[in-house]
Amino acid sequence: MNFEVPNFTPAIPEIFVLSMACIILLLDLFITDKGRILTYILSLATLAVAAVLTITLHTPEAVYTFSGTYVADPMSSLLKVFIYLTAAGVMIYSRDYLLQRDLFKGEFYVLSLFAVLGMMIMVSAHSFITIYLGLELLSLCLYALVALNRDSEVSTEAAMKYFVLGALASGLLLYGMSMIYGMTGSLDITVVGEKIMLADHNNIVLIFGLVFVIIGLAFKLGAVPFHMWIPDVYHGAPTPVTLFIGTAPKIAAFAMVMRLLVEGMQGLHVQWQDMLIILAILSMGIGNIIAIAQGNIKRMLAYSTISHVGFILLGIMTGTTFGYSAAMFYVISYAIMALGGFGMIILLSRQGFEADKIDDFKGLNDRSPWFAFMMMILMFSMAGVPPTLGFYAKLAVLEAVVNAGFIWLAVLAVIFSIIGVFYYLRVIKVMYFDKAEDHHPITAGSDMKIVLSLNSLAVLGLGLFPAGLMALCMTAL
Amino acid sequence: MITLSHFLILGAILFCISMAGIFINRKNVIILLMAIELMLLAVNINFVAFSYYLNDLSGQIFVFFILTVAAAEAAIGLAILIVLFRNKRTINVDSLDSLKG
Repeated sequence: MNFEVPNFTPAIPEIFVLSMACIILLLDLFITDKGRILTYILSLATLAVAAVLTITLHTPEAVYTFSGTYVADPMSSLLKVFIYLTAAGVMIYSRDYLLQRDLFKGEFYVLSLFAVLGMMIMVSAHSFITIYLGLELLSLCLYALVALNRDSEVSTEAAMKYFVLGALASGLLLYGMSMIYGMTGSLDITVVGEKIMLADHNNIVLIFGLVFVIIGLAFKLGAVPFHMWIPDVYHGAPTPVTLFIGTAPKIAAFAMVMRLLVEGMQGLHVQWQDMLIILAILSMGIGNIIAIAQGNIKRMLAYSTISHVGFILLGIMTGTTFGYSAAMFYVISYAIMALGGFGMIILLSRQGFEADKIDDFKGLNDRSPWFAFMMMILMFSMAGVPPTLGFYAKLAVLEAVVNAGFIWLAVLAVIFSIIGVFYYLRVIKVMYFDKAEDHHPITAGSDMKIVLSLNSLAVLGLGLFPAGLMALCMTAL
Repeated sequence: MITLSHFLILGAILFCISMAGIFINRKNVIILLMAIELMLLAVNINFVAFSYYLNDLSGQIFVFFILTVAAAEAAIGLAILIVLFRNKRTINVDSLDSLKG
C-alpha cells in the first residue's frame, strides 16, 4: 500500500503555532511567577512569526493539501493575519489586568494560542472534518478561558452556560453535516458543492441538513434567536476573555460560514438566502433595541455584537462576490472596533474595580481627554458615523444589499442602525457631559496606552482611507 | 430487513430525546452533560448508517473524530461543573441565574 506524503508547505503556520504552543506549555512548568513574562513574550513572538510565515507563504491561487481537507487561499491568508493581530492585541491589553488579579498564568497564553490554532484551522478547513475539529479546538479553549477565574461565581456560571449552548450548537451543526453527507456522499467541501449543484433542490433531507447547519452557524455567530449565550458570557467572563471571545472568533466564524454556505452549498443559495434574511433582521432589531436597556457596558457591547452579526449576515445573504467582500470588510472592521472597545474597559479597570458599568465612564473627559476622545472614535465607529471605519463597513454592506435588489432590507438596516446610535451616543454623553465620580488616575502601562491609541486611530484612519483594506477584501475572494 | 431509514429514525429519536433533555431538564447540570453526549451519539448513528449504505469510509472516520472530541468535551464540561459546584454548592440548573439584564 502506498502512502503519499502530503504537501506540508501551506500548513507551516499551523504547524509552527502548534509546536510553539506545546513548547510554551512545557516551558511554563519550569518558570516561577516572576519569570512568567517570558511566556507572554514568547506567545507574542509566536503570533508575530506566524504572521510572517503566513504572509511569505501566501499564493494568489488556492493550494489544497492533506487530501483536500486543507486549503490555503487568499481569503485564509488575509483572515489569519487579522486573527494574529487581534490575538496579539488581546494579549497586550490584558497583561496588566491579569497581573493585578493574580490571573497572570501560563494557562491564559497557552489556551489563547491553541484557540488561535483552532481559528487558523477553521479558516483553512476544506472538509467537514477539519471544520469541526478547528471549531472544537477553538470552543474547548474558550470554555476553559471563561472559567479562568475559578473563584468567581459569575465566571463559572458563564462558562457553564457557554459550554452547554456551545456543545448544543456543535451537535446541531454535526447533525446537519451528517444529513448533507448522506445526500452527497462526501465530506469534501468541493465535492459537496458540485453534488449539491446537480441535486434536486427540493430534496427534503438536504433542506433539513441545511437548516441544522444554519442553526449551528447562527449559534456560533450569535445571531437572534440563537443569541442567548452572548450577553451572559460577555458579562460573566473576565474582561480579557470577553475581549478575546468578542474579536478573533468572529473572523473565524465568518470564514466557517463562507466555507460551508458559499463554497459548499452555493447550489442552495435561494434556500439559505431567506433564512439569513430572517436571522439578519431579527439580529439587527433585537440586538439594537435591547442594548438600549443595558447598564453594564459589557452587556451593551454584547447586544451590539449581535446587531453587527446581523449586518455581516446581510452581506453574505446577497450571494454576490461584492457582498462577500463587504461582509469580510465588516467582520474585520468589527474585530478592530471591538478590540478597542473592550480594551477601553480594561484600561479603566484596576484592582478591585471592573469599570464595566456605563456610569464608570462618567466624566472620562476630565480624567483623560485623550482616552475620552479615543472612546468617542470607537463608539462613533460602532454606530456607523462618518468618517470612521464602521461607517464605511456599513456603507459597503448596504451597497451590496441594494445591488442585489433588496432595497426594503437596506432601509430596514438603516432604521435599526439609527436606533442603535442612541446607546452609543449615551456613552459619549456620559463621558463628556457628566461629572466624574471616580478620580483615580488611569494606571495602565505605556505599551497598552500606545497600542490602544493606535487601535483607535486605525479605526479613524482606515475610515478615512478604506480603499486599501477594501481592495484586500476584494482580491481575497 | 433493516433499511437506512430505520437507522435515521433511530438517530432522530435519540436527537430529540437529547434536545428534550437539554430544554426540559430544570434540575441537574449532569443531565445536561449526558444529553449533550447523547446528541453526539445520535449524530454518530447517522454518519455510520450513511457511510455503510453509501459504501464510503469517510463517514466512519468522522465518527472516530467525533468520539474523541466528545471525550475531550466531557472532560472540560465536568471540570467546569466541579468549579461551579465549589462556588455555588449546588448544581441545580435553576440556580444558574446570577447573570441577568
